Amino acid sequence: MDLLTDYTLRNVTIGAMLLGAISGLLGCFAVLRRQALLGDAMSHAALPGIALAFLLTGQRNTFTLLLGAAVAALAAALWLLAIVRTSRIKDDAALALILAVFFGFGLVLLSYLQRQPTAAQAGLKSFLFGQAAALVERDLWAMLAIGGPALALVAIFWPQVKLISFDPDFARSLGLPVRRFEVLLTGVIVAAIVIGLQTVGVVLMSAMLIAPAVAARQWTNRLETMVLLAAGFGALAAFAGAWISALGEGLATGPVIVLVMSALTALSLLIAPERGLLWRRWRMARRWLMGNGG
Amino acid sequence: MADGAALADGEWWLTMAPQLEVQLIAVIIAAACALPGVFLVLRRMAMLSDAISHTVLLGIVLGYLASNSLSSPLLFAGAVAMGVITVWLVEMVSGSRLVREDAAIGLVFPALFSLAVLLISRYAGNTHLDADSVLLGELAFAPFDRIELWGLDLPRALIFGSGALALNTILLMLFYKELKLATFDPALAATLGFAPTIIHYGLMTCVSLTAVTAFDAVGSILVIALMVAPPATAYLLTDRLPRMIGLSVAIGALSALSGYWLARLFDVSIAGAMATMAGIGFGAAWLLAPQRGIIAQALQHRSRREQFAVQMLALHLLNHEGAGDAGIECHPRHLIEELRWQPAFANAIVRRAEQSGLVQRQGDVLCLTEAGRALARAASVQ
Repeated sequence: MDLLTDYTLRNVTIGAMLLGAISGLLGCFAVLRRQALLGDAMSHAALPGIALAFLLTGQRNTFTLLLGAAVAALAAALWLLAIVRTSRIKDDAALALILAVFFGFGLVLLSYLQRQPTAAQAGLKSFLFGQAAALVERDLWAMLAIGGPALALVAIFWPQVKLISFDPDFARSLGLPVRRFEVLLTGVIVAAIVIGLQTVGVVLMSAMLIAPAVAARQWTNRLETMVLLAAGFGALAAFAGAWISALGEGLATGPVIVLVMSALTALSLLIAPERGLLWRRWRMARRWLMGNGG
Repeated sequence: MADGAALADGEWWLTMAPQLEVQLIAVIIAAACALPGVFLVLRRMAMLSDAISHTVLLGIVLGYLASNSLSSPLLFAGAVAMGVITVWLVEMVSGSRLVREDAAIGLVFPALFSLAVLLISRYAGNTHLDADSVLLGELAFAPFDRIELWGLDLPRALIFGSGALALNTILLMLFYKELKLATFDPALAATLGFAPTIIHYGLMTCVSLTAVTAFDAVGSILVIALMVAPPATAYLLTDRLPRMIGLSVAIGALSALSGYWLARLFDVSIAGAMATMAGIGFGAAWLLAPQRGIIAQALQHRSRREQFAVQMLALHLLNHEGAGDAGIECHPRHLIEELRWQPAFANAIVRRAEQSGLVQRQGDVLCLTEAGRALARAASVQ
């Protein structure tokens, strides 16, 4: 299989791995800050942004569409925070509501666009499940242009980001502008979502944020190791997913990547040293045996 | 002439009937979704509706692969079972204490949904099953899928939707007390011997069954919207459970109808327009609800602040009443310095105190009335 020589396959593989690494790394903050499902809501909420960006500019320019997606996702996150802060609605209901309402509005806009005579709207629907096969080199550069600054921001503010991820109250007592860093972290997660829209689509994007982080968490207690591991897991799953989907017909890249990543996570939950379920059981069994023997 | 009129009547009926049926289906499904939705919202499990409404697709695909027919009851049974299995899986993953519940939901349902999408494209690609229509639904086509029941030719979605609504209503009436107790005081419910697990899984079976019934017609995303948005809206409007249930059903039906007409007007996706209307309804309640709305909260906040300021004013006047410096201390302008109030605010407070008969103006100086003195004493005792 010539993953790296065939032009399309190379784009798909590199694009998917970029996405896997970036979303894996940035997803760690969503999971640690108990906002795992915020990614799900924001990625669904990106849909009307894509449609609006197209409606307003009339261009199917990747960068414009992704900008629209980012704005809509951020608007959804801000509304969510406002609802939870000012009403008795808890975050689960606010998440489900915003997810469904934004997505529904996105469908309204998409169905409106589909009646327009312009041919350029074709393919907007591919944002639902993603279409890795349609990735071109420009898309890879767009991914880097969005993901690079997001990663750089996290690297620059690493000490603060680390503290806020684990103990926001302590960070506040130190006088850190916690609210601002929370917005920053939400912003970088939006960046990760936006990158994934073309490859895995709005529906499955949340898995790309959550699964690598959960898998990586099982193997280490250090944040530095965790984010690197998560990036590695994400890239590995993406590589394997791109490879498997190239093997067979009817194997869409996005779902295959998500399945591989889920398998990796399940494996980590079972066998990771110290934390894994099987590991714990095995240690208990050994202790029991040794206790009996002695 | 008479023949022509009859024909026109018949045509009118032919073109109107599907539209009426679509609206009827939409209202019934909205009501069926709102009933379990109330308890999802109150029990903080709304995101499980997101998970369930996605994973039922896997149940349908597995049912199809097992029976090789799209009309087999196995599809329905498989889908309902898969919804419950999803909940069980989420609880198992989060029960391991390795993953928090929200992350567990986000791990389980994309995996199952991906599996469903792949199974469809691999083994059922040439059939009517596709992930798109499952997600988006196409209510406009619902009247064309008809079955005969007791000699009546009815849309399938109407019959199934009514069945789900009837079942949810009956279960709610039978187990209302248990649900209410388990929702508001789970500890007491457990002590009294109501098995929380059974109630939980019973509710989840209802959610799953309703989602399966509804998503065929309206798509899984609208199922989430109809299960969560109307109860959330109702939750902002009332504190009483029976009223919240009634309001949820009414708001759901209203969102469905207004969404339908919005979609007709602009010729857009019906399911999407209904979800949009449900969101607009929530947004309106969030802003305008009589007691819990943003605006009402702001007004209450202002009113409390003013009440407090009037008390301060009365206390201040009481302290200096009859003292030698009363002429200075009780001058309105002095309030601005002494109490550090903005001039406009001080004027408003003095006016408010005058209007409520607590304070009188005597020349340039403010004096307490009897009522004002009583208020000041009460405030100082507090």
